Amino acid sequence: MRARVAAALFIVVTLGVASACGPTGPVSASQSGPSGTLTVFAASSLNAAFTTIGADFEKRHPGTMVRFSFAGSSSLAAQIQQGALGDVFASADQPNMQKLIQAGLTAESPIVFARNDLEIVVGKGNPKHITSLADLARSGLVVVLCAPAVPCGHYAAQTLQKAGVRVTPASQEADVKSVLSKVALGEADAGIVYITDVKAAGDAVEGVAIPAVLNVVAEYPIVILKDSQNRALARAFVSYVLSEGRQTLARYGFTNP
Amino acid sequence: MALPTRSRRTPRPSAPLPIVILASAGAAFFIIPLLGLLLRTPWTSAWQQLGSPEVLTALRLSLLASLSATAIALILGVPLAWSFARLTFPGRSVLRALTVLPMVLPPVVGGVALLLAFGRRGLLGGWLATTLGVHLPFTTAGAIMAETFVAMPFLVITVEAGLRSMDTRFEDAARTLGASRWTVLWRVTLPLVRPSLIAGAVLCWARALGEFGATITFAGNFPGRTQTMPLAVYLALESNPDAAIVLSLVLLAVSLAVLIGLRDRWLGAS
Repeated sequence: MRARVAAALFIVVTLGVASACGPTGPVSASQSGPSGTLTVFAASSLNAAFTTIGADFEKRHPGTMVRFSFAGSSSLAAQIQQGALGDVFASADQPNMQKLIQAGLTAESPIVFARNDLEIVVGKGNPKHITSLADLARSGLVVVLCAPAVPCGHYAAQTLQKAGVRVTPASQEADVKSVLSKVALGEADAGIVYITDVKAAGDAVEGVAIPAVLNVVAEYPIVILKDSQNRALARAFVSYVLSEGRQTLARYGFTNP
Repeated sequence: MALPTRSRRTPRPSAPLPIVILASAGAAFFIIPLLGLLLRTPWTSAWQQLGSPEVLTALRLSLLASLSATAIALILGVPLAWSFARLTFPGRSVLRALTVLPMVLPPVVGGVALLLAFGRRGLLGGWLATTLGVHLPFTTAGAIMAETFVAMPFLVITVEAGLRSMDTRFEDAARTLGASRWTVLWRVTLPLVRPSLIAGAVLCWARALGEFGATITFAGNFPGRTQTMPLAVYLALESNPDAAIVLSLVLLAVSLAVLIGLRDRWLGAS
């Protein structure tokens, strides 16, 4: 049990610092491509995949540096609306992307680059024997969800509604990683998160699939921001995500649009 | 005005220009963000925002939690402050450092530590749940605990400083006149350090009211149960920025009132 707590703590600590140890792409140094520093605002659920993609992109284009700011999509959209400077925005949902389009902060129309399914996350070994969304309504079960303002909370509400299940969460967490860590630490029995989060958490948690008819598919749009100081580099990064990046995304559990 | 001759003899120091410029920049650094908040406040709908059920719920919970945290801090913190000021025992300085650690610790780390101690799988949490049926995470009690953890050190160090600087001859006199230790504490010591007690309690309360990191980590976020004002501000910023600004303004007003109220006690004492 101590090992489990230690493992859970390890996850909590490393959630923000996802490892960047993906396979190295072929280096083509002769290419005289874009250079400079790129700032990418990306949804927290993209943390592991984008960190790898960023490292691969830097290897492919020597002289470039990709910096990420990972947070809940709604926080990021609010930050950009308040004037945070960056080049690319990758959202975990369409409504937050729409906010920026309406505010006239995007350079072109966004492209959906990945999809993500929801999954029920439970503790290792599924101690409470949760097999379906309906089980989440059982009394005595501690369930945590994302807050309704955050995409994962919005999607969770939709999937629960489709299943006709009423769940009273113990907490409405500010982002998807907080839901995951509450389950990994054993404070909560179950939560609803993205498949990719369950995959990234490794051994500390397990996923219980939600049938496709009840599932809500999250669409991830990416866009170049109007205030980008380096559009050439931003365009190169977006097209990298849409081409080679897809394999990396698939490895982390995303599906192709 | 009381000492006119003296003030005439020591002329006001005139500041060198670089100091004036840097000091102005320093002051502006604090004032501009507040101006930003004030200028963006939707004054016309402010009252309406304040009256909305979500805001009132958060406000009520914040008052309950912060006042409870202050009460607990007084009950546990004053004896602690007295022990640090009056007793000598091995490991005192280490213990003292540990109890004021939450002042410099990132609150989120405090929240994680509380989870590992009082969570379901925690050091004491499992025992609390099985034998007493007490669950702290995701409850208002948990929110109060998180606030107490972060805010109590402010009370402890303020009261300790008051106890150290007071004239202990009053206590000695009371003792020689036959008063018991308990009577001395209640009738002599505590009344003498009353300003420190009040200042410590108010500081502790203000800190508890503004607590965010430990609360959201340990107690989670649920309206009416653990969603205090700072948590409501954070989440409202994503969906309803106007409500977030109005809530921020309320917290700002409270903090300002506390500082102005304490000004005489603090600056007057020095």
